[in-house]
Amino acid sequence: MKYLQIILKNITRKKIRMLLTIGSFAVALFLFGVLVTINDAFFAGVEMSGADRLIVKNKTSVGMLLPYSYKEKIKQVPGVASATPCFWFSGVYKDPKNFFVKFALEDNFREIYPEYVIPEDQWQAYLQDRRGCIVGRKLADRFGFKPGDRMPLQGIFLRDPWEFTVRAIYENSKQEDDTAAMFFHYKYFNERREGFDRVVWFIVKVENPETAAQVARAIDARFANSADETLSETEYISQTRYVTMVGNISLILTVIGAVVFITLLLVTGSTMAMAVRERTGEIGVLKTVGFNDTLIMVLVLVESIVLALAGGGLGLGLAKLYTLGGDPSGGMFRLFYLSPVNIGIGLAIAAAVGAAAGIMPAFNAMRLSIVDAIRRV
Amino acid sequence: MVKIDGSGNDDSLITISSLDKQYQRGTETITVLTGLNLDIGKGEFVAFMGPSGSGKTTLLNLIGGLDKPTSGNIIVDGKEITAMSGKDLAAWRARQVGFVFQMFNLIPVLTAFQNVELPLLLTGLSKKQRRAQVETAMALVGLGDRMMHYPRQLSGGQEQRVAIARAIVTDPTFLLCDEPTGDLDRDSGNEILEIVERLSSEHNKTVLMVTHDPEAAQRARAVLHLDKGILQEAAGGVS
Repeated sequence: MKYLQIILKNITRKKIRMLLTIGSFAVALFLFGVLVTINDAFFAGVEMSGADRLIVKNKTSVGMLLPYSYKEKIKQVPGVASATPCFWFSGVYKDPKNFFVKFALEDNFREIYPEYVIPEDQWQAYLQDRRGCIVGRKLADRFGFKPGDRMPLQGIFLRDPWEFTVRAIYENSKQEDDTAAMFFHYKYFNERREGFDRVVWFIVKVENPETAAQVARAIDARFANSADETLSETEYISQTRYVTMVGNISLILTVIGAVVFITLLLVTGSTMAMAVRERTGEIGVLKTVGFNDTLIMVLVLVESIVLALAGGGLGLGLAKLYTLGGDPSGGMFRLFYLSPVNIGIGLAIAAAVGAAAGIMPAFNAMRLSIVDAIRRV
Repeated sequence: MVKIDGSGNDDSLITISSLDKQYQRGTETITVLTGLNLDIGKGEFVAFMGPSGSGKTTLLNLIGGLDKPTSGNIIVDGKEITAMSGKDLAAWRARQVGFVFQMFNLIPVLTAFQNVELPLLLTGLSKKQRRAQVETAMALVGLGDRMMHYPRQLSGGQEQRVAIARAIVTDPTFLLCDEPTGDLDRDSGNEILEIVERLSSEHNKTVLMVTHDPEAAQRARAVLHLDKGILQEAAGGVS
């Protein structure tokens, strides 16, 4: 602590250089914050997957539907606690830019998704309204929905207009849970398409998460050699498969991040080298009065790390503010959230880059001969 | 007592024996000091004179543990500093030696107070204790009212006084002054020499001073001449 004033004075002695270095870190860490948020947004569905939920779909293709009658047969499989048909509805709210996901589910919603919190009176109002729907808090805030509001949707494949009334708003029990979706009655959906009674997939809740794989195999065995064979997998695997269809998002983001940080390392390394070279005489003086080589090295390293953390903290703070502004994609991301863990990782990366950038100048300062150094004053 | 014949002295503070210092410049070997012997007693004020390149500063650097000799040894207050590791030498310098340079060598971004406090940061003193010691040292050089000034806000003479305060703030065993008035006008130089003289006479500090200025050297109790790395007595002897 007593050396802090020396470190701070050294950092602030060249104000423009300090601001540029902090700015470099801020830009890089802002980018990092946004990139990890985008990455998390892609994998949000995967992360939010329940370990005790299975997705049962047609083995041939997700484009092939399954008969609604499978529901009761699935419920008879040992280990299954509950099941609901699910249909991804592609209606448009006012403008195609207003994208959000809409699922038609049966009324065991709360058994399937116990992590979502719905006030009892709103839940009862939803059950009593055939055209009722449930929207997440994030979606409600986005469009200003409140219970009782009308929500007209224009069907895409089913072209008629669809009328809904917001009856309930669900909240997340954890910050990272998705609240950007809309759910409505499967019964209403099926009536409107005139009892078509085929579904995209079934969501199955198992009694024990540890037996999920076993139950999935049992469901597939139940429908083996039928006209519509099933592929059952945990929600996690199903979501991962969906995300990887988009491409290797993580790799792309990692490459971009790596290029930015390597550039940052070179820029900061050069800045620190220059800063130490300019202070050669002063380092000689510090050694003369008794500062040992290790202490000198630590002071230079800490200076570099403090600079990095100041810039990194600023960048991550700005990234956090940006993500608080909500999903910039117009609804493509179910979740757009910079988590404290990722902020911590960002700060750790900033500190590591600061240390890496400072290590050579610090080593050179440590090795500096006093006699040579004080001659350069 | 100051002796240069290597005969030794039981109450010497500094004992230098057969000291050689050579530098390598490319393939050329430059000899700076040759077979130098010196004994300096406690409380002495010794001036080293001689032409440029005669080895005065090199000798001061070796005695202060800033450089290592090629051969020979230096014993200060019973400890052979030429055998110490870099880390031990740094700790020894912090406790035992005060340095005053020609160019003052203050850290420009630190105030006079912070510059003087630097050596105390290496001690276990509390902030309050450090403040008290800095104030004492600054008062001793007559700059008690300039503690919050930066070096650029001080005159050359004042800067050198801050440098002296930094040198004495840890109450070191001896002071090494390398042309302390070399960059000052006559009046400021005299002020500095008076402070150095007072430190020797009133505070019993051992002072070793390199100078080109015969008037400055006259203030010392012993004057030694260095020429081509060999120590010689000044006219009239060394003590």
